[in-house]
Amino acid sequence: MSTVTVPTMDISGTAPTPFLRLVRVEARKAYDTRAGFWLLVSTALLCAIVMVIQMAIGVSQDDVFLSYNSFLTSTNFSIAILLPVIGIMLLTSEWSQRTAMVSFSLEPRRPRVIVAKLVVGLVLAVIAVVIALLLATICNALYSVLSDDPTVWNASVAHTAGFLLLQVVGMLTGFAFAALLLNTPAAIVIYMVYSFVLPGLFELGAQLMDWFDKIRPWIDFNYAQGPLVDATMTGKDWAYFATSGFIWLVVPLVIGFSRVLRAEVK
Amino acid sequence: MIEVVGLTRKYGSFTAVDDVSFVCQPGRVTGFLGPNGAGKTTTMRVMVGLTPATAGRVTIGGHVYQDIPNPGRHVGVLLDASAQHAGRTGREILEIGARTMGLPDSRIDEMIELVSLTPQEAKRRLRNYSLGMKQRLGIAHALLGDPSVLILDEPANGLDPAGIRWMRGLLRGYAERGGTVLLSSHLLHEVEQIADEMILIGNGRIVAQGDKKTLLAGAAKGIATTFVTALDNPALAAALSAKGITVASAGDGLRVEAEAVEVGRTALEATVVLTDLRSADGGLEDLFLELTADTQRETVV
Ligand SMILES: Nc1ncnc2c1ncn2[C@@H]1O[C@H](COP(=O)(O)OP(=O)(O)O)[C@@H](O)[C@H]1O
Ligand SMILES: [Mg+2]
Repeated sequence: MSTVTVPTMDISGTAPTPFLRLVRVEARKAYDTRAGFWLLVSTALLCAIVMVIQMAIGVSQDDVFLSYNSFLTSTNFSIAILLPVIGIMLLTSEWSQRTAMVSFSLEPRRPRVIVAKLVVGLVLAVIAVVIALLLATICNALYSVLSDDPTVWNASVAHTAGFLLLQVVGMLTGFAFAALLLNTPAAIVIYMVYSFVLPGLFELGAQLMDWFDKIRPWIDFNYAQGPLVDATMTGKDWAYFATSGFIWLVVPLVIGFSRVLRAEVK
Repeated sequence: MIEVVGLTRKYGSFTAVDDVSFVCQPGRVTGFLGPNGAGKTTTMRVMVGLTPATAGRVTIGGHVYQDIPNPGRHVGVLLDASAQHAGRTGREILEIGARTMGLPDSRIDEMIELVSLTPQEAKRRLRNYSLGMKQRLGIAHALLGDPSVLILDEPANGLDPAGIRWMRGLLRGYAERGGTVLLSSHLLHEVEQIADEMILIGNGRIVAQGDKKTLLAGAAKGIATTFVTALDNPALAAALSAKGITVASAGDGLRVEAEAVEVGRTALEATVVLTDLRSADGGLEDLFLELTADTQRETVV
C-alpha cells in the first residue's frame, strides 16, 4: 500500500559534528552544573588541605621528615579518591539526569560521545596532576623554610610519569565502572569496594593460601600499581600491571562501552 | 518525509509496537493519536535511534537517523521535556544544544523569544520550571537547528489553553513553509484541530489512518446525530417521529438521528421556531473511542 512517494532529504551539505566540538561540549557539561563545579573545586581544595595538614604535622613534630615526594603521596587521600568519582560522574550524570536522551539524539554515533567524555576525563586527570605537582612544590618550599629539616627535592621524571599514570588509571577505572553500571551511587560504591575493601581481601587470601599468593600479583590491580608510586617498576611489575589492568580496567571498559552503545536510552 | 515500515518493538513477550507502518509528508502536520501505553513514544524513540527496533525500519527523508550528519540540523526532536539536567537554566540547556550543533548564540535568543519564555525565565533552573515552561523550552530546543522535520511527543502536555493555541499556530506555519511535523497526543481535540493527517494507534497497532474526512467516511456506520432545541419541542418531536426519525430528549432540547438539514426542513414544514440546531460533532471522538476500545483502560459505555 506504500505506493506513496516519500520525498528525500538532502544531507550532503551538512558536515558531521567535529569531534573536538563534542569534547568542548562535554568539558562544559562537566563543570557547568553545581554538582560538577563543586566536585572539581573540592578535588583541588582537598588536595591542598591534605598537603597543608601534612606540612603542619611535619613542622610541629620533630620526628617527622617530609620531602617533595611525601607531599605527592598525600594525594592518595585527595585526588586519588576523587578523580575516579569525577570519571564516574562524567558518564552516570547523563543517566541520572536523563540528558543522555538529548546527547544521543544530537549525536546518534554514541561512541563519539563516550570517547569525547573519556578525553575530558583524561584532560581533567592531567590538570589534577599539574595542580598536585604545583601544590607539592609550594608545600615543600614552605616546609623547608618553616622546619629545620633538610629540604629534599626527590622529584624525577620516572616519579612524575608514574604519578600521572596512576591518576589516569584511577580516572579510567572509575569511568569503566560507570559504563558498566550506568548509575552514580552503584558505581561509586563498587569503586570504593574495589579500591579499599578488595586489597584487604586479596592480602588475606595471599596470607592464607600459597597458590593465591602466587597468582595475586597477576590479578590484583591495586597491588600492581604499588611500584609505580615508588618508581621502581621492573619488567615483571609491568607484566603484573598489564595483566591485572586488563582484568580490572580493559574488560569493564569494553563491556561497559558495548552496554552504552546498545542501551535503550530512557 | 518520515517513513515507518513494518515497525515492531517487543519487550520480552510483550509487543509494545506491532507491525506499524505509516508515512508523514512534508507540508503536513501528522497527528499520532492513541490512548496511554499505545506505543506512540516507543515508535518515536525508534525513529531517532534511542530504542532499537525488533523488526522493521524507519527512515527520515530516506535516511536512517544514525546516518544523518549533525541530525539536529535536520530533525527537531522533543521526546521528554523533563529529560534535561534539573540544575541547568533554560538558557544553558539551549546553549549546550546550540554548541553541539555548531550554531551561533544569537539563535538561542531567537528561540527563547519564539517560544515566549521571558529572559528572566530563561535564567531560571529547569527544576523551577512548570511542565508548560519545560514544553516551551523543549520546543525551542527542537527548533534550534532549523530542522525540516519535527518529531514531538505529547508537546501540548502541560500547556495552558493559550499555549496550545500558540503551538497550533506555530506548527501550522511550520508545515505551511514545507516542514514535516509528527506530533503525538492521547487527546483527540488537541490533534484534530491541528493535524492534516491522523494516525490512530491502540495496543501497538495502527487502527486507522488518513485525514479527518477519510476517517469519518470510513466509519460510515456512525449515523449522523443532530442536537436541536425549538420553542415547541414536543411539536418538533412529533413531526420528526412522523417521518420515522428517531428522537430522544436531551437537556433542553432533542437528540435526533438525522442530518441537521433534515431536522431544519422538518421544522420548517411543521412551522416550529428553532432556537438551536447543530450537528453532534462527536463523530471523530466516537470513532477514536470505538477503534481503540479494546485498548482503553475504561470500557466505553
Ligand atoms: N523498557 C520497557 N520495558 C517494558 N515495557 C515497556 C518499555 N518501554 C515501554 N514499554 C511498554 O510499551 C507500551 C507502550 O509504551 P509507550 O510507547 O510509552 O506508550 P504511549 O507513548 O503511547 O503512551 C507500554 O505498555 C509500556 O509500558
Ligand atoms: Mg508516551
